[in-house]
Amino acid sequence: MQVSPKLEVIDLACERGDHRLFSGLGFTLSGGELMQVQGENGKGKTTLLRALCGFVQPVAGAVHWCGRNVEEWDEDFHAQTCYLGHLNAIKDELSALENLLLTAGLADVQLGEKAALDALRRMGLRRKEHLPVRVLSQGQRRRVALSRLLVVDAALWILDEPLTALDVGAVDLMQELIGEHLSNGGMTIFTTHQPLHVAGIQTRELMLS
Amino acid sequence: MTSRLSVFGLLGLVIKRDLLLAMRRRADVLTTLIFFVMVVSLFPLGVGPEPDMLRKMAGGVLWVAALLSSMLSLPRMFSADHIDGTLEQMMLAPQSLTVMVLGKIVAHWMLSGLPLVLIAPVLGLQFDMSAEAIWVLMLALLLGTPVLSMIGAVGAALTLGLRGGGVLVSLLVLPLTIPVLIFGAGAVEAVSGGMDAASNLSLLGAFLLFALVFSPFVASQALRISME
Repeated sequence: MQVSPKLEVIDLACERGDHRLFSGLGFTLSGGELMQVQGENGKGKTTLLRALCGFVQPVAGAVHWCGRNVEEWDEDFHAQTCYLGHLNAIKDELSALENLLLTAGLADVQLGEKAALDALRRMGLRRKEHLPVRVLSQGQRRRVALSRLLVVDAALWILDEPLTALDVGAVDLMQELIGEHLSNGGMTIFTTHQPLHVAGIQTRELMLS
Repeated sequence: MTSRLSVFGLLGLVIKRDLLLAMRRRADVLTTLIFFVMVVSLFPLGVGPEPDMLRKMAGGVLWVAALLSSMLSLPRMFSADHIDGTLEQMMLAPQSLTVMVLGKIVAHWMLSGLPLVLIAPVLGLQFDMSAEAIWVLMLALLLGTPVLSMIGAVGAALTLGLRGGGVLVSLLVLPLTIPVLIFGAGAVEAVSGGMDAASNLSLLGAFLLFALVFSPFVASQALRISME
């Protein structure tokens, strides 16, 4: 992890089809900061997060990481981000444990089976570790997906509706995890339509309209 | 930060992953193989059981059937990973997407091409092929079916997420596989006619090397375009 990671969004503009979602968007996010992207449905929240990941090419502007354009960072930028989208990115045929080990492998993280089991148990999946994910409920699948955050050592968390399908206990756990991540010098940018408060942290708000 | 996982480590991981997934869903692998056997078996029934004619058309029939059955599994190459979001995560991984795509191609070939190579001798007997012709057929399939997976990967990546992508990918890819068909079937025909198959096999080998160099890169670029 970098000493003081910093994400800068400079004059960003994105389109979907021929429709301009937002333009002239700029902000800076430093280590320890939490930012919530707000806006009505269809205002470009997901597009903004996907643009940060590099899935969407912005029509104008740039995203900088620690002072350098993310296009120059390329794969090294990906090593420092963890993106969780609407899709859980887990395989129905595999167990929660197999899913987590594979995810870690592809993300180039050395992960032992014990550490993986610990992460799943922390996410409240005790005794579900070896079941095929297809027999788990929507909330439990989301927990499997979120367990990725525990094993990947990324400075920047990009979370698109992380609380979907989660129960009250899991929402509390998420708030706790984000709190720990921030106090370790990480940063988080997220969207949600549910309240999410991290103790002792002022959530910065970014309104897309 | 440099990558700790070597190219071969990553390649092995992706291949292992896809094989594991296939083992949990064996029906997909079997459909390709059964389709191949059925199409090939229909020809003797359709054109009549004259050994001379069967021997003459064996190479062509087996190759066309191999082409068609390899098309069956192409749409699945990336779409399952696309639908559940794992493809997104692969693209975000701090690793070379080209290497991951190559891994997926190799796994696809092991599941759709290799079984055809292994069952081809049995089907060759149906056509009264000589032992030598069967060997050449296997060798030609061994060189040619990976090319089908590689060209197919580019088509599958380009049509990812499109409606009716399954048919479209066949329409896109089949014309591009004609050279493989010509030289693959040509090798078998040459041996049956008492000639040497070396030139045909060398050309198939050249196609393989050419596809190996370009297709993983082109397919990974096509995936990036499809993801937008």
